[in-house]
Amino acid sequence: MASIRPMPGQVQSIARAAAILRLLASSSGRLGIGEIARSLDLPKGTAHGIVRTLQDVGFVEQDKTSGKYQLGAALLHLGTSYLDVNELRSRSINWADPLAARSGEAVRIGTLLDGKVLVVHHVFRPDDTLQTLDVGSLLPPHATALGKVLLAYDVGAANSVMQGEPEPYTRRTLVTARTLTRALTEIRDNGWGAEIEEMTLGEAGIAAPIRGYGGLVVGAIGLSGPVDRVCDGHGHPRPTLVAYVRDAARAVSRDLGAARW
Amino acid sequence: MTDSYVVSIDQGTTSTRCIVFDRRGNLVSVAQREHQQHFPRPGWVEHDALEIWRNVGKVVPRALAQAGVTADQIAAIGIANQRESTVVWDRRTGVPVAPAIIWQDTRTDALVETLARAPGAEDVRQRCGLPLATYFSGPKLRWLLDHSPGLYERAERGEVLFGTMESWLIWNLTGGPDGGLHLTDVTNASRTMLMDLRTLGWHPDSLAFFGIPAAMLPEIRSSSEVYGTATAVLPGVRIAAALGDQQAALFGQTCFAPGDAKCTYGTGSFLLLNTGAEPVHSRHGLLTTVGYQIGGEPAVYALEGSIAITGSLVQWFRDRLDLISTAPEIETLARTVEDNGGCYIVPAFSGLFAPHWRSEARGVIVGLTSYITKGHLARAVLEATGWQTREVVDAMNADSGLDLTALRVDGGMTANNLLMQFVADVLAVPVVRPMVAETVSLGAAYAAGLAVGYWPDLEGLRSNWHLAARWVPEMDDAVRAEERENWQRAVERTFGWIKPEARAANE
Repeated sequence: MASIRPMPGQVQSIARAAAILRLLASSSGRLGIGEIARSLDLPKGTAHGIVRTLQDVGFVEQDKTSGKYQLGAALLHLGTSYLDVNELRSRSINWADPLAARSGEAVRIGTLLDGKVLVVHHVFRPDDTLQTLDVGSLLPPHATALGKVLLAYDVGAANSVMQGEPEPYTRRTLVTARTLTRALTEIRDNGWGAEIEEMTLGEAGIAAPIRGYGGLVVGAIGLSGPVDRVCDGHGHPRPTLVAYVRDAARAVSRDLGAARW
Repeated sequence: MTDSYVVSIDQGTTSTRCIVFDRRGNLVSVAQREHQQHFPRPGWVEHDALEIWRNVGKVVPRALAQAGVTADQIAAIGIANQRESTVVWDRRTGVPVAPAIIWQDTRTDALVETLARAPGAEDVRQRCGLPLATYFSGPKLRWLLDHSPGLYERAERGEVLFGTMESWLIWNLTGGPDGGLHLTDVTNASRTMLMDLRTLGWHPDSLAFFGIPAAMLPEIRSSSEVYGTATAVLPGVRIAAALGDQQAALFGQTCFAPGDAKCTYGTGSFLLLNTGAEPVHSRHGLLTTVGYQIGGEPAVYALEGSIAITGSLVQWFRDRLDLISTAPEIETLARTVEDNGGCYIVPAFSGLFAPHWRSEARGVIVGLTSYITKGHLARAVLEATGWQTREVVDAMNADSGLDLTALRVDGGMTANNLLMQFVADVLAVPVVRPMVAETVSLGAAYAAGLAVGYWPDLEGLRSNWHLAARWVPEMDDAVRAEERENWQRAVERTFGWIKPEARAANE
């Protein structure tokens, strides 16, 4: 229908989605698809497609008994993290295990919490040696692969880390704004990041971003282990391990509803 | 040479899943489809067996496509299934004569009470290792025969067939009306009440007790052998294993030695302990069951403690109380408080299972004060699963004379870190999670792979088992003792809630 013609450079479906949200916000009760379509002069199928998408992202909720729609709870919490960390663990557990099994290294999943990396999930290195679960512990973002990947997609957090005084754990820790900025750009270009003896001598790690709906980065998944196992003879992260990490990140992202990853 | 894989089909209570595994036991791909739950009357739970069979036809190709694998790369198919759920179908048309009666269904309540008083009941119990309860297939099958006109006669003539879900799927996979194989495995057969635990065959006296014609029963085979070749869904691939889901998890956890135990945390939770070549009869409310049988080798037995309500208590908290929007959020909510604040929830929603077996009990929330928040309730929900595990472990230790030294866990709730720590705390032994959380599917794959030589032996499977996480007890002994006593007092308050008159009126 020709009722809402987009201006050049506009995306029609976003304009329509905004109209549907306004309509739901101003209506006193819940609305059915027919009512929404009629109010906005849209074909029913079009309205349904948009409402379904809004429902998937949590902006719209459907009442189970009447089948009608209202604004979703996610709209009220736009400012806070939209994915519960325990939910993130539960959704990624099936992919973190195979990553540890294939790579032979310990796997961790992290998210940013108050400028630190919160370990949300931890899978032991599969060699049955004594290891301690460190779920709930905090890691420094500038000195870990997980942290740098998270900073690469969070400008605000990256700025506050650089404005603080990043602690030098080893000679290789990135502590200046210039080196960190360069590293974060590289991570965005490559889609993954690494840490080589930046936190602990002899230790290295590789991480990649986990994306949620619409491509938003909600966490990072990575492995870590002795530098001679994680890196090749030239001191570069081994390509096979990088591929494993990226595959796992993509698998979790797909499960979380990120379309392209 | 291209890689080969093993496919497992897990026909569960809420969904059917297909998982492709590689030689190291790693999950390569997974596809899943839920089926409808029908609740036609209070206490009744039914599935449409045809819907389930159609779902198998959908999830298997999807899992293969996801893995980028073709049927000729599949070494074998293994099946794990929801146990006890009962299907009767027409041998000529392949159409079920009635909806499948699911394990949770309690319609046989009155029938079971009558049977329990009938002569020979004690012999049946001794022979099959199970108490007379609505849970098992025998009473469900008898109910169907009683309530479908003409069905008994047709069963006697062999025109209709009985099976649990693995029988139904194998029959359909191997041709259905067109020469389908009608068989079951020892683990599933051990849940019917019709099998003799020692001979591993249908017992004529047990069949007579329940009034079930032998002609409708499947042939009992081992859990790990080539039963036949599929003609549908994966034509040409060998079907080489079938196990009830909990036994499959025991196998997937490589609990091959007497004393090895696992607990699978799902909707309900099931703790199984390998007791070796001899069935152990319980004096503490546990079930005696077959753990697995590999080809012509002697069967391995297990003690089982079933807990009816664990994950489903979290679902209730989410769907009925609306206090959380997803199940994992219960941990977030529980972590908003330090402890349970003195509040306990005993989820005896349909009575209590092991080790109490009190059908007249109903759930309670005790210790409520104005101090209690939803965070405390969330803690109490999780702690209920921990304490119920403890009760079953105590019963197992008493029956088997073995002291549990570690508990292997799997299932969806193992993603809940707070819960797993609490289980370790109340058991006072380490809780360990293996690298592959999908142990039900893995067990079926292992048993199938073993039968076709994809994996050489049990030792080879054991070397695939790796520790993914370990929770060690941190709770102070005095606190544990105090909390345990509180839990026991809470449990006592559930007893006798349903009055005898009310139960009589329902019959």
